[in-house]
Amino acid sequence: MTMLEIKDFGKRFTIHHLEKTMPAIEHINFSLEAGEFIGIVGKSGSGKSTILKSIYRSYLPDTGNILYNSARFGQVDLATISERKMLYLRQYEIGYVSQFLNVMPRTTCRQLVINALLEMGESEEVALKESGEALTHFEMDPKLWDSYPNTFSGGEKLRLNIAMATVKNPRLLLLDEPTASLDQQSKVKVREMIEKLKNKGTTLVGIFHDIEFMEGLCDKVYDIQSRQQTVVKETITYES
Amino acid sequence: MHEKPILQVRNLRKQFGTGCKDCSELMNRNLEKNFCKSCGTVYACQDISFDLYPGEILGIVGESGSGKSTMMQCLYFDADVTSGEAYISDSILAGQNVFGLSSQQKRSIRNHVYGMVYQNPVHGLKMNFSSVGNIAEKLIAAGNRNVANMEATSKKLLNNVHIPLHRMKEEPRNFSGGMQQRVQIAKALSNNPPILFLDEVTTGLDLSVQANVLDLIKKIQRDLGISMIVVSHDLGVIRMLADRTIVLLNGKVIEEGLTDQVLEDPQHEYTQQLVYSLL
Repeated sequence: MTMLEIKDFGKRFTIHHLEKTMPAIEHINFSLEAGEFIGIVGKSGSGKSTILKSIYRSYLPDTGNILYNSARFGQVDLATISERKMLYLRQYEIGYVSQFLNVMPRTTCRQLVINALLEMGESEEVALKESGEALTHFEMDPKLWDSYPNTFSGGEKLRLNIAMATVKNPRLLLLDEPTASLDQQSKVKVREMIEKLKNKGTTLVGIFHDIEFMEGLCDKVYDIQSRQQTVVKETITYES
Repeated sequence: MHEKPILQVRNLRKQFGTGCKDCSELMNRNLEKNFCKSCGTVYACQDISFDLYPGEILGIVGESGSGKSTMMQCLYFDADVTSGEAYISDSILAGQNVFGLSSQQKRSIRNHVYGMVYQNPVHGLKMNFSSVGNIAEKLIAAGNRNVANMEATSKKLLNNVHIPLHRMKEEPRNFSGGMQQRVQIAKALSNNPPILFLDEVTTGLDLSVQANVLDLIKKIQRDLGISMIVVSHDLGVIRMLADRTIVLLNGKVIEEGLTDQVLEDPQHEYTQQLVYSLL
């Protein structure tokens, strides 16, 4: 089943005070089957984040289609879907993870994960239990569970974000540069986390500027410069 | 998903003044912001339309004078609209423009369907009644007559908003601004309203109290599933609370969208300026 298909997608930004319209990205095409992991690579400023944010509707898509196969609504075009449906999908089907935390002030790490579960209608007990499991799963130091995330390191914020997104069991998870500005050791942890998510059957879209790190993990790679989608496993068989 | 809005507002207009030949046409009004220089009429709300869905928080942002508070006053019947319609999805009220109802029916909506939290607690509370009395007043208006039940409900509400119960017999004028605001929220929630209006509720509160109030509002949404309209000029507050956001300028809706989209990819020139001003 095709989970996500991007067809001739493009996005421009109109900056009124400069009276200019700047094309961020044009003619993007790729597709993704359920359970696959696609890595999007490209230089800084090539529009990787623009694609991801447009899928999540943090940016308003301009041209093309973003076809997503929803469990609730069937196939929908995320470029034109109603705001209320998009909110539903964010709540129950599509997760977004970056290194930046944007959360309620003065809320502990554990409470944030619990809130993510309560929003989905889970009971308090289930939420408490599952939040602990998720934080353990993503190797968050239990000493940090009851502290406020303001002082967390980049890697810790990322892990908290992943925990908040994955307790919802999203069908599609968008990873916005999850390894940027992390040291080698933390990167290895992120890689392990992605492996765990993949094993659970989550479909993943990740953007990376260094794809080598994801070798053997991505099923597909989409290169923004060449506009080419390659299937990684097949390339390996050709080479050997 | 064919969900029905719980509140539909269509072409809400509110003007102060009679208008003249220069400003009576909606499409080509000759206005300085929202003010007609020929006759002095102020167009506070010009054709505001939106839907509020069950369980969502709708944010309304805009600068001072953009018509946010006037809109809230009209919705809560504190002020009469010049023209416009509002429909509440409710078995009794369905299909009726609530702006056209009698004042008795409007009062009934305020008592049973609406809750309101004003920026200034003076407007929402009787400062010389006890806190518990303030809540009881609203409960009585909503048809409660059993004193023991009302006291139990008041205690529960005050406890929910973290007002110490040993102070519940005190008058709100003895309380700090943050406490007054929380008593006001408890009062507004006492009749279990499906729709709650919050007008600049955190403005003027210090950050720590603001965090408490925000947390409380989010908890109310999660636990009770109440639909809310949150008016604020503070984009940070809107970002934390609102699922969807409407931007007002000179009494008109100039932009609407998912809150993070409005903040990260604003389309209108004014919204872009607003977002660039964010600290």
